[in-house]
Amino acid sequence: MELKRTVELTNVHTGGADFAVTRFDHLMDALKRHGINWARRHSLWPMPFATACCGIELMATGASRYDIARFGAEAMRFSPRQCDLLIVAGRVVMKMMPVLQKIYLQMTEPKWVISMGACASSGGVFDTYAVIQGIDQFMPVDVYVPGCPPRPETLLEGLMRIQQIVAEDGVKTSRERGRGLRIVVSPPAGRVELGPGFVGAERGTASSDIHR
Amino acid sequence: MATTDAIAALQERFPELHFEARPLVVYADGRASDQLWVRVPVERLLEVMGFLYDDPRTRFEQLSDLTAVDYLNYPGATDRFAVIYALLSLTHNHRLWVKVFVNDPDPTVPSVTSIWRGAEWPEREVYDMFGIRFTDHPDLRRILMPQNFTDHPLRKDYPLTGKGEREAFEVVTRESA
Repeated sequence: MELKRTVELTNVHTGGADFAVTRFDHLMDALKRHGINWARRHSLWPMPFATACCGIELMATGASRYDIARFGAEAMRFSPRQCDLLIVAGRVVMKMMPVLQKIYLQMTEPKWVISMGACASSGGVFDTYAVIQGIDQFMPVDVYVPGCPPRPETLLEGLMRIQQIVAEDGVKTSRERGRGLRIVVSPPAGRVELGPGFVGAERGTASSDIHR
Repeated sequence: MATTDAIAALQERFPELHFEARPLVVYADGRASDQLWVRVPVERLLEVMGFLYDDPRTRFEQLSDLTAVDYLNYPGATDRFAVIYALLSLTHNHRLWVKVFVNDPDPTVPSVTSIWRGAEWPEREVYDMFGIRFTDHPDLRRILMPQNFTDHPLRKDYPLTGKGEREAFEVVTRESA
């Protein structure tokens, strides 16, 4: 806005003021719509909340073979103040739920939440007195990633859905977006190329069985 | 020295008590474990444990585990709770299990932290999970469950899925964030 006013003032005596302001506004709108969200979705900063075996898959996703840096989300920070994507990976127990809520509240806007794996999404097999039966009862969730634990490809699928959300309504704060979009991603269909190091990939049958 | 020698020494020191050594496990085909356990009355526990720790024939320097069992609705059980001490002698390389039985309404066992300092946290865990109080314990607080939790979840009359504690959280929404 400061810029716009400057432009108006400088163009008052030249007679081309209307033209200049219109072009500038148009540029700013396009920049807001595409530029900021484009930058934002390719530099998500995840907050890894890894409490169980899903955390191991999350680490594998961050490591070289699956390489979450391809999506610009490799800068995992352990301070919620520096993050905008909360990945809840693992079961959450009664003592941990207030901690998780506090972490969510401390994250900066705009922020998104991935509920990774069966335990975070529904409690999984742990239907006991201590385990929360789905974190979505007590906090907003944008994308569920199914699996026990999900393979890194599935988590990346979830990350791509988050990027899609950011592209569509990224600059809205979470207050404007309501109670989360609750999208469930599915694992990649068909065979996944694992690379030359995997025996199953060469045989073909074994690797496709894994990914059913 | 075998565990039987330690039990014989124990019987010699406490002739008024009857220590019947029983195998810890008996398999369906009749084979029995060579690990033995004895029952000790709760009011003589500290005396017996002090003897087992000190006497050169027993020398159980290490309390390798301390746990409890709830025998509610267990076939043939006469008492509700058993507190179980797993003792290990590093000198003689023998083991002995000691069981103490206590009952409702206020199951109380003297703490053995004065003998084995490491019993502090296992006793806190037994207190947390079974509600068995340990007298003269230096710091008898809950160790696993939140401090405001009121029940003892490993008791057999506590429901598996809890009494609604896991649902009782404030809901954080986008609006409240």
